[in-house]
Amino acid sequence: MNKKRFGVVATLATVTTLALTSCAANEGGSATPDGGDAGNESTLSGTLVGIGASSQGSAQEVWRASFQTANPDVTVEYSPDGSGAGREAFIAGGADFAGSDRALNEEELSGTFGKCVEGTSALDLPVYISPIAVIFNVEGVDSLNLDAATLAGIFAGTITSWDAPEIAALNPDATLPSAPITAVHRSDDSGTTENFAEYLYAAAPDVWTEEPDGEWPSAFGGEAAAQTSGVVDAVTNGTNIIGYADASRAGELGVAAIKVGEEFVEYSPEAAAAIVDASPRVEGRADNDIAFELDRTSTESGVYPIVLVSYLLACEDYQDDSVAELAKAYLGYVASAEGQAEAAEAAGIAPLSEDLSEQVASAIESIQ
Amino acid sequence: MIAVGTTPPVIKAKQRPGDRIFSAGTLLAGSLILAILAAVAVFLIVQALPALVADPADISGGEGFLAYVAPLAFGTVWGAIIALAIAVPLSIAVALFISHFAPRRLASALGYVIDLLAAVPSVVYGLWGIGVLAPAIVPVYVWLTENMGWFPLFAPPVSGTGRTILTVAIVLAVMILPIITALSREIFLQTPVLHEEAALALGATRWEMIRTAVLPFGRPGIISASMLGLGRALGETMAVAIILSPAAVVKFALLQQQNPNTIAANIALSFPESYGLGTDTLIASGLVLFVITLVVNSIARYIINRRKAFSGAN
Amino acid sequence: MVATTDTRPMTNSLTAGKLPKNTTVLVLAASLLILTILFVILQLAGATDGFNYVGAIVLGVILFTVAMYAISLAVEGPRKATDRLASILVTAAFVLALIPLISLVFTVVTFGSARFDIEFFTYSLRNIVGAGGGAIHAIVGTVEVTLAATALSVPIGMATAIYLVEYGRGRLAQAITFFVDVMTGIPSIVAGLFAYALFVLFFGPGIRMGFGGAVALSVLMIPIVVRSTEEMLKLVPNELREAAYALGVPKWLTIVKVVLPTSIAGILTGVMLAVARVIGETAPLLIVAGFTSNLNYDLFSDRMMTLPVFVYNQYVAQGQDAQAYIDRAWTGALVLILIVMLLNLIARIVARAFAPKIR
Repeated sequence: MNKKRFGVVATLATVTTLALTSCAANEGGSATPDGGDAGNESTLSGTLVGIGASSQGSAQEVWRASFQTANPDVTVEYSPDGSGAGREAFIAGGADFAGSDRALNEEELSGTFGKCVEGTSALDLPVYISPIAVIFNVEGVDSLNLDAATLAGIFAGTITSWDAPEIAALNPDATLPSAPITAVHRSDDSGTTENFAEYLYAAAPDVWTEEPDGEWPSAFGGEAAAQTSGVVDAVTNGTNIIGYADASRAGELGVAAIKVGEEFVEYSPEAAAAIVDASPRVEGRADNDIAFELDRTSTESGVYPIVLVSYLLACEDYQDDSVAELAKAYLGYVASAEGQAEAAEAAGIAPLSEDLSEQVASAIESIQ
Repeated sequence: MIAVGTTPPVIKAKQRPGDRIFSAGTLLAGSLILAILAAVAVFLIVQALPALVADPADISGGEGFLAYVAPLAFGTVWGAIIALAIAVPLSIAVALFISHFAPRRLASALGYVIDLLAAVPSVVYGLWGIGVLAPAIVPVYVWLTENMGWFPLFAPPVSGTGRTILTVAIVLAVMILPIITALSREIFLQTPVLHEEAALALGATRWEMIRTAVLPFGRPGIISASMLGLGRALGETMAVAIILSPAAVVKFALLQQQNPNTIAANIALSFPESYGLGTDTLIASGLVLFVITLVVNSIARYIINRRKAFSGAN
Repeated sequence: MVATTDTRPMTNSLTAGKLPKNTTVLVLAASLLILTILFVILQLAGATDGFNYVGAIVLGVILFTVAMYAISLAVEGPRKATDRLASILVTAAFVLALIPLISLVFTVVTFGSARFDIEFFTYSLRNIVGAGGGAIHAIVGTVEVTLAATALSVPIGMATAIYLVEYGRGRLAQAITFFVDVMTGIPSIVAGLFAYALFVLFFGPGIRMGFGGAVALSVLMIPIVVRSTEEMLKLVPNELREAAYALGVPKWLTIVKVVLPTSIAGILTGVMLAVARVIGETAPLLIVAGFTSNLNYDLFSDRMMTLPVFVYNQYVAQGQDAQAYIDRAWTGALVLILIVMLLNLIARIVARAFAPKIR
């Protein structure tokens, strides 16, 4: 009896809540109040589901918003559950597309994919290139030059003071404090860590002796923080502290210039896109499977070597043709100059170069 | 309850349909719990098995599952113990304050205020811990390491950001405090008034009355409440993940940069990017957390059962 | 000094050997004053930069405790002194426990009020980039999922507790007690994975629905409900049951009409604790209930956003205009706390309506 009355009260409360909020003001059939033009008549409708890397989260937000505004009857979902979760869901058929911080490997490609026609494979489409900035907060230091060996030394715990000779040699003009270095890394398993470690492992193999992995090697110690937000907060609030984070989140913090060849390069969208163009494709893949083997040791001028390349995974041939149509439209928009520019502005990604953009576009065109 | 069937001429109690239905219903609910748990257990073991039998070199860290999970298990237990050591005395005091010290009118309002703490989601505790508590507490840590660094728990070097296991333990203590307080309070309020009045009539001061009447009556309940709190402290995920600066180490020092991680936080941090054997390893570590809680709870049950005499239902 | 106090002539025999009523206040004021002066001197001497409030208050309270104990020991004797010490410590503990609460509430309210506007309660995040937008989709999701989880776990949990306390004997009851204990140790993410695996069995891979979240949450809720209800039922004096039996009331009616109403306040406290415990869960809901920017009322189909997931995601995935995301996160947290408060309030009113009037 008690329960029954409690239930009545609870139901009443729910009903009131629902009645008060019968519909979200910005949803429904009509175009959004601030949505811009609903002029081009779109015939697309349905729901496209993606799961994947959280690194793509804010860019996906931008793409989804624009795409849904242009196609009001379409809903695109993207759960930032993580790229491992994304790949697993895509392989099992739980998602129409996935976001992944690495391309599919041979083993995964040789298997089957839940949403694809049997016997066909999946495509890797690099649509998200983002520089990883080395951010620092050191008293009295505005700019910092580092080379790969020094950077590796700092993060591996072999260089422990800001006035160490290695750092001083690279920064003759700076007044470096004689304070201990606090190096912050990600405590969660992340694509950012993996790409950062890949760079150090390739460019400074003598210092960075651990195989690159999404998890920070426990041998190197240092301070750890959860997610990009945690690292940025730690660097912002700490002193004499250095960390690495997605460049879009660097904000007002000091950013180190990295030595490439003979010059020091600060991150920029163009420099980040340049490294992808300077890198070879993974061998033995189908033409439309665009997976890169990033050349971290490139000495070409104007190249910023610490980048995160995140892929979208899609089917070569979807079982459901309406999904294929939606996927083609959405991915096509993502890879287009317009989509890339919007994400560059709102989420700080590096737009694909024209050449790469064309390759990706033709790969998307081949989806059936 | 009452030993009905022990007297020689057995008078069978009348079985009414209402009684049968009701007791069958409760039995069904109990069995349902067993079924759910069996399902969870089967699920866990099936998922964890590959990690348990895998080649040690394939497990993250390269030294097998035990070496992987040992620091995590240590961190889980260590953090929860400190949290409990802070929270239990405090909670009992707060519960006593509300039930026996505060003016009666104020008491229910105060109880509500403390319950509020239980309502704060763990993500918010995490944000508060990292944004407010950690920076505020750094000077205390610095003082402790400088003046009491000889004491192993406060050994230097001190963390510059305050994101240590002690901060986590304090936040965990704040999180479980309302749970222990709320239940203890209800239990203290149920102390037979006759016991209390008898103690007072014999000339006991208020504190003596509490010590002789309230606390012994409430002890099993306090232990039970503490165990619920401990369960939450052991399994807390997001707050720990956001605040702690973890590393794969086993050490008792409370104020340093590298702290042992907890199982639940490690699962939360590593799960999204894990696949294949990595996922299995994480689920196997969840199984370890299961076992830890089980051991802790069994100990608590043992203590409670030894003091059954105070339970009203017996 | 003891001698003089004891031999002093008394005017009123009832207050003999007792401290005057305002002693406590006077001693507290005096201790704080002494410490304030001490720290001002320290500050002027340059030993500390700025006035050390924390030090002054903490040391002042310690001085007060010691002084009070000493004075009471001298005047009133050891038993009364211990009583006073206990009172002071208990009160101090209460104040200490309030500090984090006040700090938390202050933080959440200050940061959360920035976006506590109409738009937050009428907009979802569909097609919103950067500033603006709201969390109606998450609020609806949280309320629906939590109520569904409560509706699942309270009957099961209460019935189980009744079985354990009133009926259960032998192996089965022991087994249930044991396994309920085990259940309190299920990490929340494991509960999420379990619920997901269960739903995949029926609906195929990639299934996301609000009801799945409710199932995951009830796995976490049931043991708390059982444990607290069990504890409260045990506290109901046997005399009440025996009196009911003696009047010929059937057992089940005794339980429903006598045992449950007597302990309803405690049981509901336990239920509210369980609700508060699960309403803030992030990980399991992300796995089964999913992540979406759109409003969804239907528990049984499609993704459903929930507030904790919303808060966590806004914090973790900040876009270029980071402040907008942080504001939304804090407001989400504020709303979440308000929802729990509201539920708590309702539960208390219900409890008051059913509880026997004893005091």
